[in-house]
Amino acid sequence: MSFHPTPSQTVGPFFVIGCDRLKTSEMAGPGVPGERIEIRGRVFDGDGFGVPDAMLEVWQANSAGKYAHPEDTQDKAIEKGFQGFGRIPTDANGGFRFTTIKPGPAPGPRGKQQAPHIVVSVFMRGLLRRLVTRIYFPGEAANEDDFVLSYVDQARRGTLIAKKTAENGKLEWDVVLQGVNETVFFDIGV
Amino acid sequence: MNNELMGNLKGFRHFRPGTQPDYLHSAYVSSIKRAPTKALVAIPQTLSEITGPLFRSELVDVKAFDLTKQHSGEPLGERIVVSGRVIDEDGNPAPKTWVEIWQCNAAGRYLHRVDQHNAPLDPNFTGSGHTLTDAEGRYRFVTIRPGAYPWGNHANAWRPAHIHFSVFGPAFATRLVTQMYFPGDPLIPFDPIFNCTADEAARQRLVSAFHWETTLPEQALGFQFNLVLAGRDATPWEPPKIGGK
Repeated sequence: MSFHPTPSQTVGPFFVIGCDRLKTSEMAGPGVPGERIEIRGRVFDGDGFGVPDAMLEVWQANSAGKYAHPEDTQDKAIEKGFQGFGRIPTDANGGFRFTTIKPGPAPGPRGKQQAPHIVVSVFMRGLLRRLVTRIYFPGEAANEDDFVLSYVDQARRGTLIAKKTAENGKLEWDVVLQGVNETVFFDIGV
Repeated sequence: MNNELMGNLKGFRHFRPGTQPDYLHSAYVSSIKRAPTKALVAIPQTLSEITGPLFRSELVDVKAFDLTKQHSGEPLGERIVVSGRVIDEDGNPAPKTWVEIWQCNAAGRYLHRVDQHNAPLDPNFTGSGHTLTDAEGRYRFVTIRPGAYPWGNHANAWRPAHIHFSVFGPAFATRLVTQMYFPGDPLIPFDPIFNCTADEAARQRLVSAFHWETTLPEQALGFQFNLVLAGRDATPWEPPKIGGK
């Protein structure tokens, strides 16, 4: 090892100047197979106020559970019109919304599949490093013995699972930075 | 599904303690209400973290690397060339990876409605650039040297001149957003954002170096800034044993 990793620094309040090009909140083009879903929510700070200057980046597999990346060696197709990446800044009330398709179960350790999930990075002024979390889906039997969820206290797992709404295919999931209902954030070592 | 292949995934090497900022750094006031208060849950990297978005060259606006040529006139200020490489800890390049930058203008003002600093906007400067690295992980931007500006963190607080950098690398795990500073800036020792990382040597990696080789005669000073991402683990990744479940 001859080089040392560069430290992270906050995105600050003005990241939209530089992060506009990759802004994506409609992640699945027409004809992409899979269950169409919308996920919306808000980002809350320690005083319960919405965070108007946050940005979410999401990454997910397609409906077959395959990532559009060379290190996913599953013999499954990658369709045009779906990359699996989204970048969504929050609005003035800390709200965000994106549409995608529900990911299929991606491979996990020990030959077991992971429950369907979306990995999330959260950036904002005040965060010196990004926060890493996951969105899981309600009513999934596979959540019960998901590899990553098994690291999380039962009492806190709910913060990682989106909630159904009255509208079909529309889910709610919030990012709570502090407090009793604080979202579970992960340390992935890097 | 090819479970055997998936079992041989190589993860990314963990950062050493102190070489990255903690979330709570109370000298940086904005971190107080935004840093998580509960311990992060440590998990092994899975395929979801070892993969990540890759961006095609068609997405690049070819004019976006030169921030001095995005308008009809030239921006005010000192032209500079900022270049370097995106590599990992072992020196392997991150080829074709997306790099984006944003910054204030020469007077210290961002083109953003929230920036109310009493300094002029420059109609010829947006302050936004992006590019893809080449096969050797190299990137290059032409821009103007950003100004220092005051902020509300504490009495008479000033940010040292800096350029925001955002880079993806090969995986979700390697995503990095940081800031590049300029050598010899007298404001650096007083800046709580620069100082948020405990390890002094790690902090100094945020300071670019003046660079003759990329300095353009009669045109622009060159500054070099390399971005180093986590390297791959030497051994194939194996999930640790978890007890209790």
